[in-house]
Amino acid sequence: MIPLSNYLIVAAGLFSIGLYAVLARKNAIMILMGIELMLNAVNINLVAFWRYLTPENVSGQVFAAMVFVVAAAEVAVGIALIMTVYRRRDTVSADEINLMKW
Amino acid sequence: MTPLEVIFWIASAVILISAIMMVTRRNLVHAALFLIVTLFGVAVYYVLLEASFLAVVQILVYIGAIAILVIFAVMLTRQVTNPGQLFNKHASLALVMSILVFIGLYLALSVWPEFSAVAPEADTAAAISNLGTAFFVEEDGQPVYLLATMTASVLLLIPLVGAIFVARQKE
Amino acid sequence: MNYDPIAIFAEWLRELLTSWNLSDDFATVILKLIGAVVVAGLALGIFILQTWLERKVAGRMQDRFGPNRVGPFGLLQPIADALKMVTKEDTTPESADKVSYNIAPVMAVFAVLMIWGVVPYSSTWVGTDLDVGVLYIGAVGSFGVLAVLMAGWSSNNKYALLGAFRGVAQLISYEVPLLLSLVIPVFLARSMNLNEIIGKQGDVGWFIVFAPLAFVIFFISNLAEIGRTPFDLLEAESEIVAGYHVEYSGMKFGLFQAGEFAHSFASAALISILFFGGWQPAASPWLGAVVFFAKTTFFYFVIMWIRLTLPRIRIDHMMAMNWKFIVPLNIILLMTVPLLDYFVKDLGATRMYAHFGLNMVLLIGAIVVAGRAIKKSEPDRVRFPERAVAVPPKEETEEVAA
Repeated sequence: MIPLSNYLIVAAGLFSIGLYAVLARKNAIMILMGIELMLNAVNINLVAFWRYLTPENVSGQVFAAMVFVVAAAEVAVGIALIMTVYRRRDTVSADEINLMKW
Repeated sequence: MTPLEVIFWIASAVILISAIMMVTRRNLVHAALFLIVTLFGVAVYYVLLEASFLAVVQILVYIGAIAILVIFAVMLTRQVTNPGQLFNKHASLALVMSILVFIGLYLALSVWPEFSAVAPEADTAAAISNLGTAFFVEEDGQPVYLLATMTASVLLLIPLVGAIFVARQKE
Repeated sequence: MNYDPIAIFAEWLRELLTSWNLSDDFATVILKLIGAVVVAGLALGIFILQTWLERKVAGRMQDRFGPNRVGPFGLLQPIADALKMVTKEDTTPESADKVSYNIAPVMAVFAVLMIWGVVPYSSTWVGTDLDVGVLYIGAVGSFGVLAVLMAGWSSNNKYALLGAFRGVAQLISYEVPLLLSLVIPVFLARSMNLNEIIGKQGDVGWFIVFAPLAFVIFFISNLAEIGRTPFDLLEAESEIVAGYHVEYSGMKFGLFQAGEFAHSFASAALISILFFGGWQPAASPWLGAVVFFAKTTFFYFVIMWIRLTLPRIRIDHMMAMNWKFIVPLNIILLMTVPLLDYFVKDLGATRMYAHFGLNMVLLIGAIVVAGRAIKKSEPDRVRFPERAVAVPPKEETEEVAA
């Protein structure tokens, strides 16, 4: 049988890779993709906890479904923002979007 | 090794390797395609965890909608003239941070007594219909997830309206 | 009557495998793999027959013979076609993105073969009896969208990319009514399992009577998903050369073709399952499969018929029809059908008539509203402004008269 730890370790690895994409990459779309990876890692954890600890209670799956909704809405809004910035400032590099910085 | 374990190891390798490939690609369309491979691996995980509804929704939402949207965004914001640097100036610090986060997560989890728990026997076929009712139906007189479901639907409606507003031609 | 050759064969094979000291798990895996190969092979075998059937029917409808040279009735024509496809030069554009260029056609076929994995051929012959079968069908369709996008982008060709963008816009738009109309049979059967939906139709009657509007919407959006005439905008030859697969040649093009043909047959199968009772009323496995394939072939014929009769629809008309007519109608249907069913769910045959009546009322209402809207939007058509060529300027004539 596959122990719970395997899922958790892979999810932790996926989360770290996503975090690296968010922290290190310049392109704003890449940052969004990194956030997707992190959300997926969280979802793996939620579903694994549901299956291994409380399979009689569906709350783990409900939480995961809510994360799907949030991820879909987040990508729609995020990409709309990136497109707007690209139209106005002609860049998608997160370093160059610094109008609010001082 | 049972067949399920073989599938698990293949899926884990696919998830992690394609995630690393995604982060390090210069061509963003390739990165998006590797993202899709990662998401597919996660769907395989859900199948292994006997959450078939979530596995199907993962493919429907992530690959069918989010990945396509990301690819579109990449194609519409292509920077041909100035490919520039891949990583910002804090990349090495970020790498250290990520590895630290991974080690920290691992250490925090490994002291947890349930860390290497084995899956109990469960009637996962019933879980699907339970999930369907849990979204709407009351439990012990309390609508448990009803508010969350309604909030989620409003959360989906707002980007929909916003997208129509942004896309509408000016009169 | 209930003689089930496949179950007997599977049982024999399982015993054979376990007698070789294989564990039960591995025997299951091997059996599933064999099943997957059989299902995929069946779908591709049907594709070979389909090309012959399609050309023959097209020929008859266009008042000619169709293939009749190779073999009796031209039956060996598909083999000759396949030989031609395989021996053609396999070209890859110099500046193409090699990996995604080569994966895209495979993905196009993969997306369709995945559908066949859950299709119930008869009461016991089904690849995987999935509890979320209907949702699964909607999900695997997204791989088709991905294949179009990958093919168009990786070809590094303006027309291919244009075709891909068009195609993705069309496929994603029509996925909405496709999925929404799937909800109606799921709701009526109270299950997402395809075999249970068929079983329910045996009890209460075929869902075509319960939900004719959902059937029409499902049929139209399926036509758009297949990407055939009248919805072949993604490969409109006269506008964008050939769309996303303009750069493909030989067998890779053949794979796109296979994907399209197999998708139309799979759509016909889904229509017969969801609205026409699948293998009903035959209970025995092999007879059920015969009934199922007869129904499916009939709907495939209807799809061919439409393809050969109607001209291509204009792109803005296609989008307007989807977003301004089909989707709102579908949402109204989604709101009214459960409301009605709440009151009539225990009434037996009356329930059927009530649903049928509601659908007819909605259909008539939708046609009236749409007709008015079309009449109102008539001035939107391009009209050339009246030019003053024939009529001399007014002031001048007056001056002359003065």
